[in-house]
Amino acid sequence: MQLKESTRSSADAAYRATIAPGEYWIHPVEQGAYLRIVDLEGNQAVDTFFFHRDDPWERYSACDTLAAQQNVYLGLGSVLYSFTGAGLLEITADTCGRHDTLGGACAAESNSVRYHLDKRHMHNCRDSFIQALLGYDEHIDKNVLASNVNFFMNVPVSTGSGSSFADGISGPGKYVELRALVPVVTVISNCPQLNNPCNAYDPTPIEVLIFEE
Amino acid sequence: MKPETVLEVEVPGGWSWSHIVKRGTALKLIAADDGLNVGMMAYAAWNFSERYNMADTLKAQHISRLSAGNVLYSDMGRILLSVVSDSLDGHDTIGGILNRSRAQAKYGSKRYQEHRNDYVRDAHTTFLTEIGKYGMTPTSMISNVNWFSRVDVEADGQMRFVPSYASVGDSVELRAEMDTLVVLTTCPHPLDPSSDYRPGKLVAQIARVDPPGPRDPCRISCEENERGFVNTEQWHI
Repeated sequence: MQLKESTRSSADAAYRATIAPGEYWIHPVEQGAYLRIVDLEGNQAVDTFFFHRDDPWERYSACDTLAAQQNVYLGLGSVLYSFTGAGLLEITADTCGRHDTLGGACAAESNSVRYHLDKRHMHNCRDSFIQALLGYDEHIDKNVLASNVNFFMNVPVSTGSGSSFADGISGPGKYVELRALVPVVTVISNCPQLNNPCNAYDPTPIEVLIFEE
Repeated sequence: MKPETVLEVEVPGGWSWSHIVKRGTALKLIAADDGLNVGMMAYAAWNFSERYNMADTLKAQHISRLSAGNVLYSDMGRILLSVVSDSLDGHDTIGGILNRSRAQAKYGSKRYQEHRNDYVRDAHTTFLTEIGKYGMTPTSMISNVNWFSRVDVEADGQMRFVPSYASVGDSVELRAEMDTLVVLTTCPHPLDPSSDYRPGKLVAQIARVDPPGPRDPCRISCEENERGFVNTEQWHI
């Protein structure tokens, strides 16, 4: 795990917003601009995916990203690739150290499988993602969503055949910063999951900042 | 009831094949060459936007690879396919596929114009072509399974491709719990270190099988799967 602080001061951000727990945020980030995501209170799961602003089918692919770096964890220097192998963003600063991209997003439907059949009607990331996508552009639908990053989330893959969700390794004020290699649209669901330790059972706010090149 | 094979198809190395595997049947994939890789995407036949979800499949069952007793979840909390038998010890779910530019960088540019049907085909193009036949577009591309390949993960997250994993005769059998469009490619695994383009041949068989009973091994392998089968069986009502 490699840590590196950003050289940019938050006072110089061109855009700054706080995202309450359970809210979504969909916003363009220009080519060359930097997106910083701050875990304000620690151990929040920030479900995030990206697609090319002009070609929504150029969308984030977990498998292409992992195969390119041959490592299952995202961190400093990781390039996030699309399904066609186009680099979308690169992680240029990181004070947390490790981020998940295998855990996916929580959903009403998977809650019913994972926890209990009557845990279906709980606020969840995939509902937020669908609301964000359908409200953004009439040509964009659920299909755009394939895989996502869970910033600040810790999902250890065992050296055997297992995987699990573990307590976070993040803390208050930790952040990750990404440089957009192409113009992208960023979609965030600030995770409202109340059933597992990914956010210490207590979803908290995050902050997003955009720095122009 | 002994499974009755009703269809058998050979898929040469480096090609794609698709079929809607109906509920009440099972698809058996059989390696016809050593070192075979078979990439697979899967979609509910009633609506292709319901599709195999790698993350939901792994986290529901606390697994990182697929083997007998596991199931493949859609994003709708339902089970598309169950792994009813596996002659190997698990299959890759995270390695993905090679796209055209990475395949050309790895294998060189063997074009149709010089090599006719021995030209180098990449998994991404074969997948895209196959789903295109059903009217799907690039946004229908999903994280895929790689049958007959295994990728181990080390403590620091490093991914290690297991060489020479599958041999001729190895097989994995997938029972359809919903009518499922299965899209296969026989292109090499992206982490296979060999830059020699020698994709292996697959034999696919479809047999009629009994529906999963109350003590079906896939159903009872974990509590999550019992709930997944309830969701799936309710959907059939």
